[in-house]
Amino acid sequence: MPLSLKKTDPSFKFQVASTPGGENITRCFACGTCTAGCPVREIDERYNPRKIIHMALLGMKEVILKSDFVWLCSACYTCTERCPQDVAITDLMTALKNIAVSEGYIHPSYVEQVKALEAFDGLYEIGDFDNKKREKHNLPQIKREQGTLKKIMEETGVISAVRRGGKE
Amino acid sequence: MKYALFLGCTVPVRALNYEISARKVAERIGLEFIDDNRFTCCGFPVKSVDIEASLLMGARNLAIAEDLGVDICTLCSACTSSLTEVNKVLKEDEELREVINGKMGDVRYNGTIRVRHFARVLYEDFGVCGLKDFIINPLEGFRFAPHYGCHYVKPSEIYSGFDDPEDPHTLDELIGVTGAESIAYERKMLCCGGGILGIDEEVALKMSAEKLMVIKEKKVDGMISICPFCSIMYEGNQRKIEKMITEELGIPVFYYPQVLGLALGLAPEELGFSLNRVKPKKFLEKLKAGAKV
Repeated sequence: MPLSLKKTDPSFKFQVASTPGGENITRCFACGTCTAGCPVREIDERYNPRKIIHMALLGMKEVILKSDFVWLCSACYTCTERCPQDVAITDLMTALKNIAVSEGYIHPSYVEQVKALEAFDGLYEIGDFDNKKREKHNLPQIKREQGTLKKIMEETGVISAVRRGGKE
Repeated sequence: MKYALFLGCTVPVRALNYEISARKVAERIGLEFIDDNRFTCCGFPVKSVDIEASLLMGARNLAIAEDLGVDICTLCSACTSSLTEVNKVLKEDEELREVINGKMGDVRYNGTIRVRHFARVLYEDFGVCGLKDFIINPLEGFRFAPHYGCHYVKPSEIYSGFDDPEDPHTLDELIGVTGAESIAYERKMLCCGGGILGIDEEVALKMSAEKLMVIKEKKVDGMISICPFCSIMYEGNQRKIEKMITEELGIPVFYYPQVLGLALGLAPEELGFSLNRVKPKKFLEKLKAGAKV
């Protein structure tokens, strides 16, 4: 999709820079070290960190926030370790995802994860079946206090954001 | 030596062999684990959704360990990086620390404890020489491919100089302690893809396949993992990967404490080998025969 200046938001880079993780975005000089070493890019051309950073700098906010590719970072930190400008690309991708969620776009996989955390205080339920299995192997029982993470996610607006995004 | 054992979400449900063997090894070498039911998810999964929520989850878990008065020992590498990062951020940013504490209610974060992965605890607290004193049954003649995983060493910024993020050596040395050979292979630091399994399964599995194919050529007795999610990718999904690449792999994937446990003289039955998904039949036979090839 060619870039249309009418559809860009020149202030997007400042929004990214003021989001935790995105602080160093304007330092990027587009060397491409991130993309060259990216194990996801190697397999799927949709995910190209240099391109995503450049799109953000140009203000292609809507394209980025609505995209699939923004969710494809595997958080291996290869790019972060090698970036000569300390852009901290893994954290930058986190910032872009945080912005996407706050604007109503969330990947279904995260909707499911948040629901699990809300219900079980962990990604998986540890019920009687699991505890019996644990007992069989002489492992201690796990009985988490219910609702701890639900409370945190309510207070930080995660649950309402997920509900909003989930309806999209 | 006392540590709060932080199991996280995946280990106590999907990696019992890791937990069983880690506890056995700890007992054998005199390391005490404290369990606490107040621990929740580390916060890693919500980082992509809302970083403040992940900070609060992390800080709360750290505050619980502070309340116990002991450092945290983790088994999952994602928990390790997530908790270590929150600890670093909050220790260095007083203003943010106050904001987070103001929202926590029942507990308070003070920044008084450390978070380290079990393998790092073994490496730093006992050391290669210290561990060697406990070895009864050296695994001579065995060859393993170490899989470090990303978050055990990265982002290096949070690990204050522990190991090399591009060419790490601590797990190789820990494997060496058991008497087995830790082999070198291409793409040692390739990510398992677990972080995007829920986003795009095909891409994630292709990432795992890449490494498994390299390791297959090396004809090892198994791959050594120190992260439950890396193991889910390489072991739990190995069948799916074999179908995808139409090639048989048959690579057993062990957790490091399972292998160390054997060298410490523990029996395979005590170390959860029956729970390994890729059945290590050949490996166990070789072990029984007392390999020294």
